[in-house]
Amino acid sequence: MMLEKLKQTFTVTEVKEQKKNLTFFTVPKEQMEMMLITLRDHHDYKHLSFIVGIDMIEDGVFKLTYMLYNYETNHSFGIHCNIDREKAEMDSFHHLWEQVGTYQRELREMLGINFEGSPRLEENLSLDEGWDGPPPMRRDFDTKEYSNNTYFQREGRVNYDPREYMREQLYPTFPKTESDKLLNGGGKK
Amino acid sequence: MSSKDLLPNDGLSEIDQEFFCQAPPEYISPLPKPIEDFMNWARSESLFILAFGTGCGAIELRPLTTSRFDMYQYGIQMRATPRQSSVFIVGGYASVKTLKRIVRSYEQMQGPKFVVTLGSCPINGGMYWDSYNTINRIDHYLPIDISICGCMPRPESILAGFVELKKMIRAGQCDGANLYAKNFAWYKANQKRIIKDWNMPDYNW
Repeated sequence: MMLEKLKQTFTVTEVKEQKKNLTFFTVPKEQMEMMLITLRDHHDYKHLSFIVGIDMIEDGVFKLTYMLYNYETNHSFGIHCNIDREKAEMDSFHHLWEQVGTYQRELREMLGINFEGSPRLEENLSLDEGWDGPPPMRRDFDTKEYSNNTYFQREGRVNYDPREYMREQLYPTFPKTESDKLLNGGGKK
Repeated sequence: MSSKDLLPNDGLSEIDQEFFCQAPPEYISPLPKPIEDFMNWARSESLFILAFGTGCGAIELRPLTTSRFDMYQYGIQMRATPRQSSVFIVGGYASVKTLKRIVRSYEQMQGPKFVVTLGSCPINGGMYWDSYNTINRIDHYLPIDISICGCMPRPESILAGFVELKKMIRAGQCDGANLYAKNFAWYKANQKRIIKDWNMPDYNW
C-alpha cells in the first residue's frame, strides 16, 4: 500500500478513510513540503484541488487541509496540517502549484495566517476599502459587535426564540414548564 | 464661491485634483408651480434606470424588460450610463466595496434623480444584519425615495413600486438630489466612516 510506504519516511497520523476514493491523514508542519512533492512527483497526485483552513479554537490550532487528486486512479488525499494559532505561520507552496498563491492570499486575509514569500500576499481579495479590523473568519472575531459599532442599526428589530414564540402564539394558555418538558423529550421515549 | 466652500478632494493625488469638480452639489429651487408640475409629469413618464445590478435583486429586474412584464409600457427603460439615467436601483444587500461604486455612480447621475431599493437588506440589513461587511441602512448613505420590500420582491411588486414612485414624483415628493445637497456633509461623513481609504473625489459629476 502506498500509505504504508509513506509511513516509512513520514510521520503519518490520524489516517481516516472517508470513502473509497478519499483518504485523510495528518502530517507535521515540517514534513508538509516533502510530502506534497513526494505525492505529486512519485505518486501521480498532480492536481491540487483546494486548500482550506479551519479555526480549531478549542485546540489552539488552525487546521489546514490540502486536497490532492490523482487523475489515473480517481483518488484524493486530504492532508491535514495543524499550525499554532498564536504564531500562525506556514510555508508557502506557490512554487509547486501556481494557483496556491491565491488560496494563500485568501487564508492570510480571512484567518491571518502568514505565508512567507507568497506572491501578492498583502493584497486583499474582498476586504477592500481600508479594512482595519482583525481577520474576520477567526472565531474569536465578534461579527455582530463589529456590525453594531460600524453600521447603523435600524431601531425596532426584535429577534424571537422560535420555540418560545410559537408556543406563545399557538398555545398561550399551556403552562410553560409543561411545554418545555414535552419538547425536551419529557422522559418518555 | 470662496475657497472655504470648495471640497478638499484630499483622497486624490495632486495631478488628479484638477480633473474633478471641487464645488459641492447645490440646492436647486423648484420652478413656478404649473411648470414644475408639468416637468414632474414628464419626469414620471420617462424613468431611465441605470443598469447597475447590486446584490441578488438585480436578477428580478431582467424579467421586467421582457414581454411578459414589459416595463416599457410604463415608460421605464434601462440606460447603460449614469449620465443618461434618472433612477438608481439598489438591488439588494450592499457591501462596503459595493457602496463605494454605488456612491460614485449615484453622484454621476444628473438631477433630478430617484433612488429605489429592493428587498429588505437595504432597509435594515435583512439576513445580513450582523455581517461584518454588509451595511444595514442605505438611507444613511444615500437619499432613498421608495423601498420595495420582500426577499426578493417579485417583478409584479417592483412594477407596483414603480407605479407608486410615479405617483410620488407627480406629487413633487421625490426631492432626493436636493436632500443630498442639503445634508451633503452628513452623508459624506457617514460614507467616509466605513470607506476608510477614501481615494476618490468628494463629489464626482
